[in-house]
Amino acid sequence: MRNLQLSLNQTQKIRLQTALEKLESLSSKSNANSTLTVADSIPIYEEGILKGHGTSDRKGELVATVCGVVERINKLIYVRSLRSRFKPETGDIVIGRVIEVAQKRWKLEINFTQDATLMLSSMNLPDGIQRRRTAMDELNMRSIFTENDLVCAEVRSSHNDGSLQLQARNQKYGKLEKGQLLTVEPYLVKRRKQHFHHLEQYGIDLIIGCNGFIWVGEHVEVRDIMVLDQANDSEQQIGNSDRSSMDVDGQDGTFTPLETRQNICRIANAVRVLSALGFSITMEVILETVNLSNTMNLDIHEMLGSEFYVLVAESEAERRSSLTKRKR
Amino acid sequence: MEYVSPEGLRLDGRRPTEMRQLRAEIGAVSKADGSAVFEMGNTKVIAAVYGPREVQNRSQQINDQALVRCEYSMANFSTGDRVRKPKGDRRSIEISLVIRQTMEACIMTHLMPRSQIDIFVQVLQADGVSSYSCVSLSCSLPLIDHPHFMNYPKNNQSCGGMEGADYVNRTRSACINAATLALADAGIPMHDLATSCSAGYLNSTPLLDLNYIEDSAGGADVTVGILPTLDKVTLLQMDAKLPTNIFEDVMQLATEGCKAIANYIREVLVENTKQLEYRRGS
Repeated sequence: MRNLQLSLNQTQKIRLQTALEKLESLSSKSNANSTLTVADSIPIYEEGILKGHGTSDRKGELVATVCGVVERINKLIYVRSLRSRFKPETGDIVIGRVIEVAQKRWKLEINFTQDATLMLSSMNLPDGIQRRRTAMDELNMRSIFTENDLVCAEVRSSHNDGSLQLQARNQKYGKLEKGQLLTVEPYLVKRRKQHFHHLEQYGIDLIIGCNGFIWVGEHVEVRDIMVLDQANDSEQQIGNSDRSSMDVDGQDGTFTPLETRQNICRIANAVRVLSALGFSITMEVILETVNLSNTMNLDIHEMLGSEFYVLVAESEAERRSSLTKRKR
Repeated sequence: MEYVSPEGLRLDGRRPTEMRQLRAEIGAVSKADGSAVFEMGNTKVIAAVYGPREVQNRSQQINDQALVRCEYSMANFSTGDRVRKPKGDRRSIEISLVIRQTMEACIMTHLMPRSQIDIFVQVLQADGVSSYSCVSLSCSLPLIDHPHFMNYPKNNQSCGGMEGADYVNRTRSACINAATLALADAGIPMHDLATSCSAGYLNSTPLLDLNYIEDSAGGADVTVGILPTLDKVTLLQMDAKLPTNIFEDVMQLATEGCKAIANYIREVLVENTKQLEYRRGS
């Protein structure tokens, strides 16, 4: 049992309990007794099954190797584990932190079993032309990303030895600045068509990475930031990208206004509450939570108080029950 | 001294085949990939699992399987006498090795090549003098029976610094159980849930899950670790000597204990998984 570390008073406890029970009753109809633990045997109803992830064969019997939920798709049987590290699929949008700048590549921490590699050759170079990467480009790698930078990229391929290749061949990928990074459990993020969201009413970019890293930052127009960087870099010395980016701020006169900062914090806190409660995180749910906090006239810091957790749990129960009603 | 009363009750009121109270909690460390607190009576152990993650020391990387590392430590406040223990003394290295080998046997390491799994186990509370002094006094035992005053002999091979060994050995099984739970919570694929339990032999009775006083009595102490559904032994340690026929009985008892613990761990895990799943929604 995973307990929330909250100090709830008696009524709040009961309200949270009822909300969670409601959620349980809503989901229990669809998947009764399909949760398994390690070494539980999986019932097989037909011949010629394919065993997928999280299963293993033991003397003709199919057993689970992880805790999770059994999924059956035609003949394929696999166990979908809940709490585990990110399992990448080609095309996933991920956010990572640069750990190391190595030869022709960056090493990114993306909550995977190994560090992912982003090759210099699978990056869009600032000038935007397709050409061979020269030794000069390699020397200038730190002007694009340095250690501890946050980078948004796409999974290109994963190899047999477990290593993972990323690519960033688009203007929407690249360095993330002026915002907050939140880490949630990867199982809470579903693969969608859209992972980049521009919330116009708040002036904010929301990137929900498949690896459970969520970026909430000030909205930036998709423009060639790197061209600007490069222009600055060519004027100054290479390697002080921090200063150059600060200069960009100064020149444009763009600093993050207070209101945007508050919006970032509000959305970030909504994500924090949702992930602490273990609710799946989508753009709609995040916005609903933010709206709830706005209608309740709560301050940003009050969103992390126990009362708001209970309110979010109740509204989530309400939302899901209305969804199931609509289906019928 | 009488460890089993004529009515068939032990010093703390248990039957010979009764275990201490178990309690398990998953998710005690928020930043870890998996974590658990496991309590067996007065022994309380916390375990945290990090990984599978990038190997920190490149030279240790294994190309076709995961590297499993384990670190065992005892909190300074875990025992009655608060002594500063040097990190990495021989006993904790030994028990780290024991836990590592037991866990490595059940993790499917070949599925996570070139990665590393770290298991950190810390004893928060060791069943011992301080925690039992109140119990034995409340049982109105004469003060002279208090372990602190007793000059108990023990047929242990390693006689030097026995006090430390006792604490470490007593927490062995709780550590393995906590590590198993934490690994399962981290979603690491395993062949089976390794569980461990100890049993002893006192007053010509096999006793399950010895507590501090019984353990200090100098009888044999058998710690067994098994993979319950595979019916395989991964750990077997014994202090002192026992005749073979008695040993078999004691080991049988410890194995039963392991299975009971496995059932409990299974319940906790299923409950946890169900909760995560329904909270997440579809």
